[in-house]
Amino acid sequence: MRVTMTVNDEHHEVDDVWEGESLLYVLRERMGLPGSKNACEQGECGSCTVYVDGVTGCACLIAAGQAQGHHIVTVEGLATEDGLHPVQEAFIEAGAVQCGFCTPGLLVQTDDLLRRDPEPSDAEIREALAGNLCRCTGYEKILDAVRLAASRMKPEPGTLS
Amino acid sequence: MTIPTEAPTEAPPESPAETPDSPPDNARGGVGESPQRPDATLKVTGEFAYGSDLWMDDMLWGVTLRSPHPYARIRNIDIGEALATAGVFAVLTHEDVPGNKTFGLEIADQPVLAIDTVRYQGEPVALVAADHPEIARQAAKKIKVDYDVLEPVTDARTALGHSTPDLHGELAEEVTELSREAAHLHPQGNLVRHLKVRVGDPTPSADVVVVGEYHVGMQDQAFLGPEAGLAVPDDVGGVDLYIATQWLHVDQRQICAALNLRPDQVRLSLAGVGGAFGGREDLSMHVHGCLLALHTRKPIKMVYNREESFFGHVHRHPATMRYEHGADRDGTLVYVKAEIYLDGGAYASSTPAVVGNAGTMGLGPYVVPHIHVDCYGVYTNNPPCGAMRGFGSVQAAFAYEAQMDKLAASLGMDPVELRIVNAMAEGSLAPTGQIIDSAAPVVELLERLRAMPLPPALDSSDLRHLPGGVSNTTHGEGVRRGVGYAVAYKNVAFSEGYDDYSTARVRLEVVGGAPQATVHTAAAEVGQGLVTVEQQICRTELGVDTVVVQPKDTQVGSGGSTSASRQTYVTGGAVQAACHKVRERLLALTQDYLHETLHDLRLEGGMVVSDTRGAVASIADVLGAKALEETLEWRHRKTEPIDPEKGQGFAHVQYAFAAHRAVVDVDVELGLVKVVELACTQDVGKAINPDAVVGQIQGGSTQGMGLALMEEIQISEGKIRNPSFTDYLIPTILDTPPMPIEVLEYADPHAPYGLRGVGEAPTISSGPAVMAAIRDACGLELTRVPVRPEHIIDSGDGRGSRGEPKRRQP
Repeated sequence: MRVTMTVNDEHHEVDDVWEGESLLYVLRERMGLPGSKNACEQGECGSCTVYVDGVTGCACLIAAGQAQGHHIVTVEGLATEDGLHPVQEAFIEAGAVQCGFCTPGLLVQTDDLLRRDPEPSDAEIREALAGNLCRCTGYEKILDAVRLAASRMKPEPGTLS
Repeated sequence: MTIPTEAPTEAPPESPAETPDSPPDNARGGVGESPQRPDATLKVTGEFAYGSDLWMDDMLWGVTLRSPHPYARIRNIDIGEALATAGVFAVLTHEDVPGNKTFGLEIADQPVLAIDTVRYQGEPVALVAADHPEIARQAAKKIKVDYDVLEPVTDARTALGHSTPDLHGELAEEVTELSREAAHLHPQGNLVRHLKVRVGDPTPSADVVVVGEYHVGMQDQAFLGPEAGLAVPDDVGGVDLYIATQWLHVDQRQICAALNLRPDQVRLSLAGVGGAFGGREDLSMHVHGCLLALHTRKPIKMVYNREESFFGHVHRHPATMRYEHGADRDGTLVYVKAEIYLDGGAYASSTPAVVGNAGTMGLGPYVVPHIHVDCYGVYTNNPPCGAMRGFGSVQAAFAYEAQMDKLAASLGMDPVELRIVNAMAEGSLAPTGQIIDSAAPVVELLERLRAMPLPPALDSSDLRHLPGGVSNTTHGEGVRRGVGYAVAYKNVAFSEGYDDYSTARVRLEVVGGAPQATVHTAAAEVGQGLVTVEQQICRTELGVDTVVVQPKDTQVGSGGSTSASRQTYVTGGAVQAACHKVRERLLALTQDYLHETLHDLRLEGGMVVSDTRGAVASIADVLGAKALEETLEWRHRKTEPIDPEKGQGFAHVQYAFAAHRAVVDVDVELGLVKVVELACTQDVGKAINPDAVVGQIQGGSTQGMGLALMEEIQISEGKIRNPSFTDYLIPTILDTPPMPIEVLEYADPHAPYGLRGVGEAPTISSGPAVMAAIRDACGLELTRVPVRPEHIIDSGDGRGSRGEPKRRQP
């Protein structure tokens, strides 16, 4: 079947998609966007977290056909021409990246958290990232990174976000 | 260096006021600093190419057909229908393996593809290549394998024909000749290795004796990036393999043997590695991908999914351990007897070395005058076990630290005091008879840990801080706090006489007017940050800012394994030594350039600097159009094999020491555990990259905690019952507590920069500390890890639900 969707503000049209293929497979293997990672294919690890119409979800649990006509944002869509997204910069600076396999999903989920809540408490960060497994860091530097990103993304007092 | 994290406050932890320090703009990024890792930007933009991301236009997908049975004879394999499937390019079996049909890290006992017998569930039997992964998977199901299913051997003691000793009985009699009662899974029998340590009086006596039997379940490395690689055939019978692995050259050696090709015909390059932790030290699809590529003359991509990954790599050995500790009334240890069974599963992998570690490190960092250890590595029909972070020491630490707490309780002593009384120090004798010849600050690690502030008392107003969390299982009733300590002791690098080396090539030249170093090693970067360390060493030794790290491949000599906490030590040592040779040549060139002889020159900030005269020339001017390149092999000091009867010898290069204090809240009515804080102190000799050191300690601590609380591959009749992340649990950010850390730096004079391997020690003591804290909270013996809720629930008859006697009333 043919599937069309918008990914990172670009129109994509792919043919010969099997009904059983996931959004993750189509992104990675048919669209040349391997940034979203396949670590469990069960929605347990969060490594394939993407935005679907502004809501985060695991691309491995979404059939490609379900994404028909929707707007997808992946880790490849976070940086702009002006440079890295503040969440990306914070993960680098805080040392939250080791093997990096969990990083794409965590970046998307952290961006989502900070859009909803610019000043999350540690407990709120932990709740928001509970669906993203990391095997390398023990999460401490991920918490550091989220706090750092939050401090930089916080709207200036008196301005409307 | 002290790195407080989420420092305790009166209120529950919230966002701290301070954010992590950024490096100053003028940071050069040398040894002792924490510069940005060179692959960081690629990793946050999604552009870093992991093994599973590799792709070629005309590639095919390879899949593996695996045995559903733990033990069976193969009567026949019929590939006809699978091969006839549209889209299928090849179906291969053991008959298509042109060279050695078996491989292995230490013993070549594992078939590339099953020949006439399968010895574990998941053993590879046949391969399929097709133009879509699903076509390949469907075709594999059409391969008809006729199995004669056999009764699996699933218990390590039974496999050796040993009787199971009573908990309160004497140790089993010393085994002089192995029983041949158990079915032989391999021609030489079911024993992989038996290590003995015999020191002092064989029949010692002591005022106080404690005995315990302990069990450790099978842990999985659970690296997030499953096994993946791309094999690309050349036009002349060779192959290029891009693979996520831990040791390119040991892979190459085994692939060449299986394919009957020369090393120049099998070229390996490291693909991006999504974590390793020991699980990539053995071959996975390496030979399979190459076989399919050579057969189809097309690139072959193989990627395991999570379920296949559980069958596709070795795990941590499960252990059954019986310990007897005897001590004087003042707590001084008199003797330890230990019997350790490590279930190696169907094939040897690195079991001999794991036995070496568990047997020689298995008493912990304590001075013991009289020692009697028997450590066995055993073949069974369980999944093969081999390397995982902590490598034999992890299992033993659960036992020896539980014994130390039990002994302290018997003596009425504080558990930390008992450890301090018996702690190793520099100059102590290890069980192998080696003198600990560099810092062993066990006492200081414990004292610093004990002095660290405790976290605030239980706050039951917020469910998120309670065991069970937002599941709303308690509002504080039935919740008891416990505190526990444990110490880790681990050999660094390869032991027992292994020729353990690394190769480094360093080049210095002028690029764009500025001096630039290029470093090339084959040492695998698996996430730990070796690439950063290589850059830092070049910057410090050559005084340049720009250091290019060449891709890791077999175009340079072996870097040895990324395991045993050894890469910063051994490959770091090789890079440093290669830099010194380059520097020597540059300084000679400087004499020519200046037409005078100076003896006080060093390299700094792109300049050749004299101690007395300051900067005398720029490196760029001295070099001109010349490039200086040096390649060398570097070895740590030699070790020797241990003698087979008494376990004595200079077996280990270096020791790493760490200690943990765990604070837990336990709901003793429901058996739920919340780890409140997991503090760690560790001596690292010299922190080459302080941020990376902390990252290793925190990550390693979390894996050890995971084994204590939740991580177990559950096996029944040789079959894995939980091969998924839904059923095999690893700690989430909610399970993982704040981890304050104090890092000590007592230089080891034998090691480059005085450094001490960092990666494994924290994985060893964190779990035992968590277990000690849970015992402190609930008062039960808890002799099995991972501990389960049903073990913790107090059944009210003075015994735990598994029948363990209560240690004391809390």
